[in-house]
Amino acid sequence: MAALTPISRKPLSFVLPTAAAAGGGFGLFLGTGNGSGLIGVLLGAAVIAAIAYGFIVVIKNEGLAKWISIVGFAFVGYIYSGVALAITAGLIGMFYHWLIYWLYEGRYRAKLLPYLTPGQVAWHYGFRCIAGVIFIFLITPILVIIPLSFNAQDFFTYTPGMLRLDPDAYSLKHYQDFFTNNEWQRSMKNSLIIAPFATIISVSLGTLAAVGLSQSHMPFKGTIMAILISPMIVPLIISATGMFFFYSDLGNFMENTLGMSKNFAGYIKVILAHAVLGIPFVIITVTATLVGFDQSLTRAAANMGAGPLTTFFRIQMPLILPGVISGGLFAFITSFDEVVVVLFVGSAGQKTLPWQMFTGLREQISPTILAVATILVVVSICLLTVVELLRRRSERLRGMSPA
Amino acid sequence: MSDISADGLDANGLVLAADGTPLKRSLARAMRRQKLRALLLVAPLLIFVLLTFIVPIASMLFRSVENDIVSNTLPNTVQELGRWDASTSELPPEPVFEAMFFDMFIAAEAKRHTRLGTRLNYEQTGISSLFRQTGRKLDDIGKVTKKPLEAFDSAWKDGETWYAIFNAGDAPASKNLMKSQRGLLKRLTSDPASGDVNFSPRADVTKLLPKAAREYTAWAIFTAVQDEKDPATRDPWESVYTALILDLKTADLSGYTGPNEDLLKAAQAADLPVPAFSEAFADMDKDWATPVPWKTIQTHSGLYTSGYFLNAIDAQKTDDGVAWQPENKQILLKLFGRTLIMSLIITGSCIMLGYPIAWLLSNVSARNANLLLILVLLPFWTSLLVRTSAWKVMLQQNGVINEVLVWIGLVPDAERLILINNQFGTIVAMTHILLPFMILPMYSVMSTIPPVYLRAAKSMGATNWTAFWRVYFPQSIPGIGAGSILVFILSIGYYITPEIVGGTKGVFISNRIAYHISSSLNWGLAAALGTILLVVVLALYWAYDRIVGIDNVKLG
Repeated sequence: MAALTPISRKPLSFVLPTAAAAGGGFGLFLGTGNGSGLIGVLLGAAVIAAIAYGFIVVIKNEGLAKWISIVGFAFVGYIYSGVALAITAGLIGMFYHWLIYWLYEGRYRAKLLPYLTPGQVAWHYGFRCIAGVIFIFLITPILVIIPLSFNAQDFFTYTPGMLRLDPDAYSLKHYQDFFTNNEWQRSMKNSLIIAPFATIISVSLGTLAAVGLSQSHMPFKGTIMAILISPMIVPLIISATGMFFFYSDLGNFMENTLGMSKNFAGYIKVILAHAVLGIPFVIITVTATLVGFDQSLTRAAANMGAGPLTTFFRIQMPLILPGVISGGLFAFITSFDEVVVVLFVGSAGQKTLPWQMFTGLREQISPTILAVATILVVVSICLLTVVELLRRRSERLRGMSPA
Repeated sequence: MSDISADGLDANGLVLAADGTPLKRSLARAMRRQKLRALLLVAPLLIFVLLTFIVPIASMLFRSVENDIVSNTLPNTVQELGRWDASTSELPPEPVFEAMFFDMFIAAEAKRHTRLGTRLNYEQTGISSLFRQTGRKLDDIGKVTKKPLEAFDSAWKDGETWYAIFNAGDAPASKNLMKSQRGLLKRLTSDPASGDVNFSPRADVTKLLPKAAREYTAWAIFTAVQDEKDPATRDPWESVYTALILDLKTADLSGYTGPNEDLLKAAQAADLPVPAFSEAFADMDKDWATPVPWKTIQTHSGLYTSGYFLNAIDAQKTDDGVAWQPENKQILLKLFGRTLIMSLIITGSCIMLGYPIAWLLSNVSARNANLLLILVLLPFWTSLLVRTSAWKVMLQQNGVINEVLVWIGLVPDAERLILINNQFGTIVAMTHILLPFMILPMYSVMSTIPPVYLRAAKSMGATNWTAFWRVYFPQSIPGIGAGSILVFILSIGYYITPEIVGGTKGVFISNRIAYHISSSLNWGLAAALGTILLVVVLALYWAYDRIVGIDNVKLG
């Protein structure tokens, strides 16, 4: 949006009603909370319109108006309830100050194309509000559980103390429970055993196969690709049902004929099942990386006397490594996050973290689940960062993005 | 080499490679080698996936039609019932009852009759308890014959007497009988039934006393293999006594010379009473005196059955064709319908919510798009269980949404909304969980639509709406299609989220499958339900492949 539209001040006849409408919307919330929505709307609209008039006509100084707005709102909030509300109210004051000057100075048009009609401008911002609501829908559930995991009570809800930002209402006891409770620790350990082994299997076999699949002379490519992707497409419940029958026979074979212990056989079963579920992700990411791979590099290496193994490890592997790693991360998270198959294939000895969470949610609800969930959110943020960095690096290496 | 001219052509004018072979063949060989190498690279994974994924799925498909339990448990009865015409409302003839007695006796000893009862109970309620009771009372029939025989001559109390009669020792043995009885026990107990038995049936006795020899052999193998005891010294089952009395009625012992021939001849002369099997069965349970259980066994005696599939669509196989289940048991079709409708609603709401986001992502600067994309990818990367528990926190009676609504005053405290454990809860939570799967394909399609098209349309006089609807929207349809099929496929097989936030009204067909696997243990029905679901998904998968191409799936 390079086009910079010259901006000009807008008349009060536009600014005041618009600001009043925004104030009325907020007033509706407060009003319904305190008895009458209609009075709230009218009061809110009147207050914001008055403030706007005061800022523009009386004070005429944007910097001063800003501080007056913040402090004024915070003061009202403090009198009404306390520190927590004062902070919230201060932020609201900041927002309304910004809104009033944004409207008055015509800044809202600055980044838009000059020829847009007022209707189009309104739609532009209305659309962004809609998108904002959808983003809130996407993110809120994940953000809501984070403060709740520090709840001092054994509840799944915000206590009045938490809303007052009372330090006594917060505690780390659910985290302490997670790190000291045997059952949670055992399931954590199981997850950390199963997921890496499953990842190793799917990454090593998957990378090899992806290299084969990306060669131009691969016969039956479509069929083979469909078979290899199928674990991702077949619903988990069906995979789990099929595996339930098959792996119980396999488990009997391993225990009775090969003489393995029940626990060890159980781990092998779950690892194999999870490895198969992770394979499509490895195939997809690695083949996607190989699409941009310049095959003449391998020919050049071979030309200069490198064997196929050397060529693969010294030339091809470093270049496709970002794809391999992000495929591996996908495979890891698939196994680490998987419940249905492990419920059907595993026995109590292989109880993983998601399984423990699942039983917790279904039967005995304890807020420890929220502590675990928060830890997992942090882990997924880290993983997301790594994958994102790898993707950019890979694009840069292949010269696909100017960055 | 002599016929090669200097310009690399042979006598026929074919181009040659450096080593003198025709270039065409040499190239074909190189191509073959490359193909082989590519195949070898893929082979380990392909074998792995085939063994650990495709084979289990195929075995599930097989299990949905497999039905050998009836003919494995009651082999002789099934054979005899084959001759009975079920359409006459008469009871089956006496040989059927007799065969049933011997089959059930072995099955009860191996404790497999209850399993068959459970299987047949899916088709005819009440059979399970009938089989259980019969298994308990079966000995009574045997005692009717055992006591008079033992009273007649106490030598029959001795296990060695029996062993002497039936064991071949040095005399020729009947290998066929041994093999068939081993096979019977193997199919019944799914145990190999191999190993040394210290017994083989005497060929001439087998011919003279076929039923007794059959039962004694089964008993001997069972005793040696399952109980790990020596059959030579132990008393046989009551069923062997019964079989012997039956055989003695018809056997011609005049030419027989063998161990204990006097005993056998004396027993035949005594003309001991034979139990009336049909009456004895009617005494055990009056249900046996009705044709109902017999018809059920006959109808479901095939090695393969369509019964599970019929059950999966609320129908059942009866002796006169296919019929609907009783009204109160018809739940599965309704559940299939609900799964489809709710998946469609979820897909629809994902389109509604995903389209504006994808549009925004593809119309802001690359920097902002990347930032906003993180907001989409974060839920995508967050554990499914975390998101499901978050929705439980949000939606419950004292949950965040209700608290906020009460605080604002939109909802009175006493009338908090019921948002969880119903279809609403499932739809909201699954829309949230599947939304990234809709946004990402839409975004990848929309980011390739040049924005100049819209401007061109507008410059030629189109209104905003016309420009969007006639120019932009048609180009974004592939993205909607790809996202919709992906979301629909995923949601139709969802299990975890409906299980936790769906209560009883918001569950899917997958929850029913899980119930049959882990609680009701009706695995055949679970496999049939899974197969139907799989067919639906594969059809959609095929459509997805045709529309988008499976190689074009992108992640993140």
